[in-house]
Amino acid sequence: MALLVALPFLPLFLWSFAGEWRFPDLLPAEWSLRGFRALAEPGSRVVEAALSSLLIGGAATVASVAVGLPAGVALGRYEFRLKGLVVFFVLLPILVPPLASTMGVHLTFIRLGLADTSLGVFLVHLVPTVPYTTIILASVFAERGVELEEAARTLGATPWRAFLHVTLPTAAPGVAVAALFAFLVSWSQYILTVLIGGGNVVTLPMLLFSAARGSDPVLTSVLALLFALPAVLALVVALRYLKPGEGDGEQEGFVGLGGKVS
Amino acid sequence: MSARLEIEGLTHSYGGDEPALSELTLSVEPGELVALLGPSGCGKTTALKVVAGLLSPTHGDVRIGGESVLGVPPERRGAAMVFQKSLLFPHMTVEGNVGFGLRMRGVPRGEARGRVERALKRVRIEGFAGRKPGALSGGQQQRVALARALVTEPRLLLLDEPLSALDANLREGMRELIKEVQREGDHTTVFVTHDQEEAVVLADRIALVTGGRLRMYDHPEAFYERPLSREIAEFFGATNFLRGQARNGCVETPLGTLRLEHPAPPGEVTLTIRPEAVRLEGGENSFSARVRGVTYLGTQVLYGLDVSGGVHLRAALPPHTRLAVGDEVTARLPAESLWALADGETTPG
Repeated sequence: MALLVALPFLPLFLWSFAGEWRFPDLLPAEWSLRGFRALAEPGSRVVEAALSSLLIGGAATVASVAVGLPAGVALGRYEFRLKGLVVFFVLLPILVPPLASTMGVHLTFIRLGLADTSLGVFLVHLVPTVPYTTIILASVFAERGVELEEAARTLGATPWRAFLHVTLPTAAPGVAVAALFAFLVSWSQYILTVLIGGGNVVTLPMLLFSAARGSDPVLTSVLALLFALPAVLALVVALRYLKPGEGDGEQEGFVGLGGKVS
Repeated sequence: MSARLEIEGLTHSYGGDEPALSELTLSVEPGELVALLGPSGCGKTTALKVVAGLLSPTHGDVRIGGESVLGVPPERRGAAMVFQKSLLFPHMTVEGNVGFGLRMRGVPRGEARGRVERALKRVRIEGFAGRKPGALSGGQQQRVALARALVTEPRLLLLDEPLSALDANLREGMRELIKEVQREGDHTTVFVTHDQEEAVVLADRIALVTGGRLRMYDHPEAFYERPLSREIAEFFGATNFLRGQARNGCVETPLGTLRLEHPAPPGEVTLTIRPEAVRLEGGENSFSARVRGVTYLGTQVLYGLDVSGGVHLRAALPPHTRLAVGDEVTARLPAESLWALADGETTPG
């Protein structure tokens, strides 16, 4: 399993540390840290791009969990008229090709002065992240039911405190999964960033794509490793802390996370 | 702290044709333990949830301590509930779980600690305070759940089938514990169960609910000795039914005229007598019979008796009685154990 995850990273590692590597040698003839030095140079904009990716990704995560949590509670727990239609509209942003919707968004953003800004990029990243968090959290709350919360109510908890002290902590693993999803979706976003950021907002994927278009496999590999870092970290965290079946709650969803990350 | 509970004309409908609960009226005295008994789906859990405030009734009123609590949210009713599943909060320790109600009420930490400790001692759970619920057995979890409800000194204790998820051997111990704790704390308690033995053992009074309606509300012995209908008698294990005509204190039956101690309503009646009340001896209300079947139950022997007129009776006798199929015996139906049901529309047993 670990091998399966690690193997695709091997060529990236080799390329990252390669000085000279000609076909058909099995291993690089020379080793060097050229790629990493290039990253550290101020001209490379890598640090700036990574920070920008982190900032936008973090903000998109917080915002989409903030929207997805109440939406997930509503969709997961309650039956109401036209629920199917609501779910359809929630999922629509994932179903419609992002290019199609973002053209329209772009026009609106130009009018609002949001085009070419980090704020605009953050907002447009919510288009794919909010549906994911909403659907994940809806299934989390649908599975958990209201019994624990009812028990808390008869013990003297107001609805809000029952949610805060009982529902939210017991749903925490599910919320973490939703948050990781949101972050990874935002982190790997390219098209939306290019369209709305217009080259002004530089995130890691943009550097990665331009490096890949260039002809320096070393730099590309180093960037790709950096790019994969959060996904790998997420996997490690998920495997270590979010053990399924701990306590008496059935905490599914990690299987899905593991699948996504690996 | 315990309060009187009054339920009046309570009706609750989930939106279907038949309401889950119709016109339920009963009152529970302070410190009394009442069992809401009935088959699953009869509306008893619905009634409990309405009392707890987790459901709103379609009609009717719920009063705790004389005051209507309609519109009062669950957290301000002082009605703590224990469920079929322990429903302990999995992310909190045992101490955190039991202390939850106190935290919600803003009880100072030091005082809360002492009360949690005492509550755990009352349910005989000690040394587990720092554990997570997942590390406890089912029986321990249910006792912690009981402690969690008791620690808040509720005005009402609502127990929703708290024993049904436990193994048979744990159930009895837990039953005794509930009774003991309830007496000790003088808690007004409503206990929902589908197990009539459980209801009889635990309850001061039993409210029998079927099909969303209250059928009988009385002390446990009344369900055995003075059932209101054949349905109720059968629910409590009665098997002997005899049709007859009541006339000045006696009932004409296919077995002859039987004298009753309890008054019988005039006209068509169904007589019932519990198998364990049937005697094999001569005297008043006696007649000859032939043993038709023998079932040894360990603590007693169940005999099927063929009596004249095609009547079939069952008698439960002490285990040392040794009778065989075909034996001729004399059976007596003691006048004080015969009970007349007015419904009349039954087939002879």
